[in-house]
Amino acid sequence: MTTAAPPRPATGRPRRAPGRRAARWPAWRAFLLLTLPMVAGLFLFKYVAIGWGFLLSFNDARGTIALGDWNGLENYRRLLGDPAFTRSLVTILLFTLFIVPVTFALALGLAVLVNRLRGGRAFFRTTFFIPAAVSYVVGALVWKMSLFSGTPSGVANSLAYLLGYEESIGWVATVDPPLYWIVLVTVRLWLQTGFYMILFLAGIQQIPAQLYEAARVDGAESEARLFRHITWPMLRNTSVAVVLLLIINAFQAFDEFYNILASNLSGLGGADGRTPLIYLFQTALGEQNYGAGSAGAFVVTVLIVVFTLLQGRFAGFGRSEEEG
Amino acid sequence: MNRRRLGSYLAVIVFAVPFLLPFYLLIRNALMSRRELGSLDWHWWPETVTFQGFADAFGNEAVPLAHALWNSTLIAAISAPLSTLLASMAGYALARIPVAASKPAFFFIIATMMVPGAATFIPTFVVVGSLGGVNTMWGLIVPGLFSAFAVLLFRGFYLRFPRELEDAGRVDGLGYLGLYGRLALPNSGALFASLGILSFIEHWNAFLWPLVIGQDPEYWTVQVALSTNLNQQAVNLPALFAGALVAILPLVALFLIAQRWIVRGVLLTGIKG
Repeated sequence: MTTAAPPRPATGRPRRAPGRRAARWPAWRAFLLLTLPMVAGLFLFKYVAIGWGFLLSFNDARGTIALGDWNGLENYRRLLGDPAFTRSLVTILLFTLFIVPVTFALALGLAVLVNRLRGGRAFFRTTFFIPAAVSYVVGALVWKMSLFSGTPSGVANSLAYLLGYEESIGWVATVDPPLYWIVLVTVRLWLQTGFYMILFLAGIQQIPAQLYEAARVDGAESEARLFRHITWPMLRNTSVAVVLLLIINAFQAFDEFYNILASNLSGLGGADGRTPLIYLFQTALGEQNYGAGSAGAFVVTVLIVVFTLLQGRFAGFGRSEEEG
Repeated sequence: MNRRRLGSYLAVIVFAVPFLLPFYLLIRNALMSRRELGSLDWHWWPETVTFQGFADAFGNEAVPLAHALWNSTLIAAISAPLSTLLASMAGYALARIPVAASKPAFFFIIATMMVPGAATFIPTFVVVGSLGGVNTMWGLIVPGLFSAFAVLLFRGFYLRFPRELEDAGRVDGLGYLGLYGRLALPNSGALFASLGILSFIEHWNAFLWPLVIGQDPEYWTVQVALSTNLNQQAVNLPALFAGALVAILPLVALFLIAQRWIVRGVLLTGIKG
């Protein structure tokens, strides 16, 4: 080729050759300065912590957090052989299987209801949402000492009295039938439903009004049919996210179980109301057995991950059916 | 049509009553005398309104409530802005600074989201304990500052940040740090407010980690102090409720004042969860 190549047309991109080399170090320096705190923090408090905990779970680490006393799978064997631990797994499984669908239905129902209001929508939205500001400790306190207290002046007992029960019921202390379960479930419903109602409410408000109009033109008159054919399918993504969050939160239950039952554990036939996290808390900080505690942390982690993956799997099947 | 609306209002009121009742009980019980609250009869409202419960709650030397409130305020007031700032820094760098390490760093950060937080409290305790963080303020604060989830949200936000604005900044001679500090950060106030408020609520209401790390009464947060009172042998009920009322007032006020930002934050963190 003898003719000189025509000059390349200028593009919108920044000039390459010289500029890039010069920009390299400042870009790297800025990148490091901005990301290093986060990366270092997560490295130390997640990666190192989990790695250390994993190794520790194969050690006899009682009263120490040092590695070195290798005992293989002994911690796991001890843990899974302890009926208190397996019972705590059953407890959390039952709790999750109950609280997830009930919260889901209640949050969705309230969102539909609040969305239907003309005036006062903001007031009722706030009413249902504001318990989300309350800590589980305070919720547990109100439930245990006032709403469901065992004295005749407790709210639940006053209501029972109006309904004709003469004796006052010890809600927290009654294991058979498991009345303490009502206390645990209702406090969580009060504390968390509003949060998920907000998610559903936003999802509902994003559904285009024309969809409903078109459906009405097509003859879908009843509220129930509109919900089934428009609202419900349009809320699919929100529903999946809500179920996921509910499962993760249910599995990590600690605060209300600890505060409602902790001082009554002995009165409850041993470990009936213990969740895995309470069991692990007592193992690690009560008995100072960090090896077994770490092993338990991994069992619980695996359980949560499996459950959330399963949920994603089911949600995924639902989608392919819809699209196919 | 009208009847249906009436039905909706009736239904929503029926649900609203149990949602409001616990707040009413908190206030009523805090204002009752010990004798009246301990009596066996139901009272809608105290015969004599007394603030003795508040005096008892703050006067209990075994459980230093005022100090616990101070600890909680300090922890939440430091954690909320700092954790949000750290997340926005990392989010900006991952979205806008074109270096080869960007992708691996991103995966390094979001991979931590797969491990559920509360299940890691023992491993984290082992690390913080070995660094001498038990019964220290930093042990209470520092491990809670790193939210991969907030990084994800900020990264998404900065990816949509207008290029023209940055080009203008570059012409004015700003480097990447300048672009972040002078342009990107000041223009992310809305996201900052939403996530900051949610972070404040989370840290104020946290229980398990403060219980694990702040074992000495000097390092109790208000939630740990309340729990300690709740699990005592002889409970002074009005004082217990007065303390609880004091513990939720800041957050309820925050909810009522900043509701718009809180709802925005809930939607951001909830949907993407």
